[in-house]
Amino acid sequence: MRVGTLVCVPQVVVDVVLKPEISDPQGQAVLGALGRLGHGGISSVRQGKHFVLEVDGTPDEAELKQIAETLLANPVIEDVELHLPTD
Amino acid sequence: MRIGVLTFPGSLDDVDAARAVRLAGGEPVALWHADHDLKDVDAVILPGGFSYGDYLRAGAIAARAPLMREVVDRAHGGMPVLGICNGFQVLCEAGLLPGALTRNSHLHFRNRDQALRIERADTAWTASYAAGQEIVVPVKNGEGRYVAADADLDRLEGEGRVAVRYVGGNPNGSARDIAGVTSENGRVVGLMPHPEHAVEALTGPSTDGLGFFTSVLKAVVNA
Repeated sequence: MRVGTLVCVPQVVVDVVLKPEISDPQGQAVLGALGRLGHGGISSVRQGKHFVLEVDGTPDEAELKQIAETLLANPVIEDVELHLPTD
Repeated sequence: MRIGVLTFPGSLDDVDAARAVRLAGGEPVALWHADHDLKDVDAVILPGGFSYGDYLRAGAIAARAPLMREVVDRAHGGMPVLGICNGFQVLCEAGLLPGALTRNSHLHFRNRDQALRIERADTAWTASYAAGQEIVVPVKNGEGRYVAADADLDRLEGEGRVAVRYVGGNPNGSARDIAGVTSENGRVVGLMPHPEHAVEALTGPSTDGLGFFTSVLKAVVNA
């Protein structure tokens, strides 16, 4: 971060999707709508959740991983991806 | 016999659950999610509804409510806990029961009278029934599809952990027609259908649901 720029709060992004073996009727409904709209080239839709967390100070990867895996996602049915700020 | 009924923001069926406890001969005790006081209850019911508006996942935020810490601790010590509908979702999210409840396969909210088979008549909440007995109680949910990994489903079946099964049609696409499951020790039971709505001829399709609430009174006496 350069002096004189806006202070930016580190953002951590967490993406949650249903595990491949769990059927996703909402994604299938979207796929059906796409077909009706003439977008026949889309063969599958999986719907998920996208979380943006603003973190005070330096993000603690272990803590964020725990948040993602125990609250934001249910590991019984969902996979989770944690994206930490790169700079 | 003091049976707690835990109310979260968005609970709907806590009053019916308390009424079912009273009709069964127990003393219902109102519990509030934000307290740390179980008020010396002998068992706890987590009622149906839409706690926290089903935000994040149905039951996910309620499962982390302050009083749930005490409920989980006491459940591990053998206190009977029954989760009905949203309460079942809370128990799965809290890790007291295996599996998860997801959006119904047909995406519709399903509200109807539902036939069920009692698979386990030796849990704290089903001992008033006979194994194999069929009952009819209302079912009403949008996220009631029970799922777990195939290996986990096989294990649950092998251990006899399926407490209640849908018969005469599966309302939500639940794996293996599972309507409710039990903990290993039979003290914690969760199910999507609503026995508390079938305790009086005037308001329910039957009085078949009353057995859940009479069962726990015996379970607490025998504990």
